Amino acid sequence: MEKRVQKGKEESVLPAYKFRLFVTGSTPNSVRAINNLQRICEAHLAGRYSLEIVDVYQQPAVAQSEQIIALPLLIRKMPLPERKLIGDLSETERVLNALGLNE
Amino acid sequence: MSRSARKSNLQPLEKKPTGISGFDEITGGGLPAGRPSLICGEAGAGKTLFSIEFIVRGAIEFKEPGVIVIFEEQAADLEKNVASLGFDLKKLQKDNMLWIDHVHIDRSEIEETGEYDLDGLFIRIGHAIDSIGAKRVMLDTIENLFGGLSNEGILRAELRRLFGWLKNKGVTTIITGERGQGTFTRQGLEEYVSDCVILLEHRVTNQISTRLLRVVKYRGSLHGTNEYPFLIDEEGISVLPVTSLGLDNAVSSQRISTGILSLDSMFSGNGLFRGSSCLVSGTAGTGKTSIAAYFAEASCNRRERCLYFAFEESPKQIVRNMGSIGIDLKRHMDAGLLEIHSLRPTLHGLEMHLVAIHRAVKKFKPRMVIVDPITNLVTIGSMSEVKSMLIRLIDFLQGEGITVLFTALVYDKDATVQTDEGISSLVDTWLLVRDIEANGERNRGIYIMKSRGTKHSNQVREFVINDTGLELVDVYLGPDGILIGSAREAQQLSEVTGLELRHYAKSRKDREVERKRMVLESKIATLKEEFESVRDELNKTFVEEDLKNEIMEKNRDELTKTRNTRNSSHGKRK
Repeated sequence: MEKRVQKGKEESVLPAYKFRLFVTGSTPNSVRAINNLQRICEAHLAGRYSLEIVDVYQQPAVAQSEQIIALPLLIRKMPLPERKLIGDLSETERVLNALGLNE
Repeated sequence: MSRSARKSNLQPLEKKPTGISGFDEITGGGLPAGRPSLICGEAGAGKTLFSIEFIVRGAIEFKEPGVIVIFEEQAADLEKNVASLGFDLKKLQKDNMLWIDHVHIDRSEIEETGEYDLDGLFIRIGHAIDSIGAKRVMLDTIENLFGGLSNEGILRAELRRLFGWLKNKGVTTIITGERGQGTFTRQGLEEYVSDCVILLEHRVTNQISTRLLRVVKYRGSLHGTNEYPFLIDEEGISVLPVTSLGLDNAVSSQRISTGILSLDSMFSGNGLFRGSSCLVSGTAGTGKTSIAAYFAEASCNRRERCLYFAFEESPKQIVRNMGSIGIDLKRHMDAGLLEIHSLRPTLHGLEMHLVAIHRAVKKFKPRMVIVDPITNLVTIGSMSEVKSMLIRLIDFLQGEGITVLFTALVYDKDATVQTDEGISSLVDTWLLVRDIEANGERNRGIYIMKSRGTKHSNQVREFVINDTGLELVDVYLGPDGILIGSAREAQQLSEVTGLELRHYAKSRKDREVERKRMVLESKIATLKEEFESVRDELNKTFVEEDLKNEIMEKNRDELTKTRNTRNSSHGKRK
């Protein structure tokens, strides 16, 4: 299980963002998704997000429990409601829209 | 094609039985092992049920664990739906024979933000397969992915990869797909799944629906190409093939009695072959049911079970009516040798009837089946459908070695050449009972139109029904041709009269002779008496003469003696 957690400082009044990113080992899509997500988060949510990266290859059971079909999959656990994004997160505009970071 | 031909020559394709009754017969063993097969059809055609039966029967009957991946119904719904078929999915899951994964995908919840693949699905299916060591997988209906994800290019490429991947894993997969316009499936899945394609259809004709199954494609294997009707009922799917693709039923050369001795004698005294099929056709009121009842009774008297399907009368009616000609069917029903199933033909479709008959036969295990009459089935299907059904019925029964008797009503008096159902060519023996109208009365004649493999009489017999039963009477062959009914009786009577008269004349002559003889004899006696008296007269004369002579002799002797004595006395005195 590959699990990297990056925690920002709890300093802001803005809601904390909690992400879970499902990838498949180090396939090109997965690597791109990780890089893209980190870039976006650092640019918009520096210090107020947490990110959990799950390698589905390592935890195949999670695929069923999380209703995973397409990968990479990013789930915004917080703030509610949950949002699901699939793809390598290369279309930054759509990612920002979907995560509600576009104001 | 050349590839498939070569393959089948070298090594026959391995197949996985589905356990669906009938389907394994038409495909020669089931679905191609280790390959994906596509089941397509319109909504409600039975795709899901077919697939579930494949998985569940695989787990129960063939001990092959299976994975169900559903893209539509909720797992709980599914369990409920198949519980009515007697499948306990929960227990199978507990026993690690079944894995159910419900794939939920909703486009509104998902944002696509770039390149992706379906590795998630691969991992899920792979995990499920590995967890229970599955050999069978069902994907129902994978096309729903097209509704959940918008990038068709990726989807198509991924599906192609998925099917290849499943093939590599060596699992036998069923993929269902909804019928599209002009294509087998909406998304053209048949392009990816090219090993085996099965099409299910649901057709309604004359308000009676028939489900049909067709094997569109089966690479590397022979398969039946027809549309096979199938049924969904409380026991799942039953496909009804023309039981086997060939005609390789075992045959018996044993002969069984028809129950009517005089009819047996028309088959050179032995009756019919066991396991053969017999058709009795005739116009209304010619006694077809009575003949059928005789067959039934003969079977029961041999202690062999008989199953009677009546489409016109209720069991009680039949028992009562047959009682009037001296057949007691009730006794056999009580002994469990006879079962009468009365059904209205319109109760359900033809195929349902066929299955009902199948079921009843499998349950009751009779040696004789009677269907009376088949003509009524035409009300619920076209001629060709009825014929196809009857072919399959005969095939099934002959495969089981069961003797079958059909009766058929012929509407047109002259239609002796062909029955309405056109099944006369299918049956082994065909008896025709018909009215012969002459001299203002109707009489029944019976003759054997054909009887395969048995010597049979070519004569028309008159067929009489009375209180004691059925009887075949030799028709009277008089100087004016064939006589039947009262004409025959009249002729017989006049013959009797003639005989009597002749007899009388003969006895009168005899008496005359006797009398003459007596007169003569008395004359002879008189003459004899006369002769006696003449002889007596003559004798008397002779006797008198003799007596006279004798007495005279005597007297003379006396005289002589007397004279001599006198002389001597004189002498003595001297």
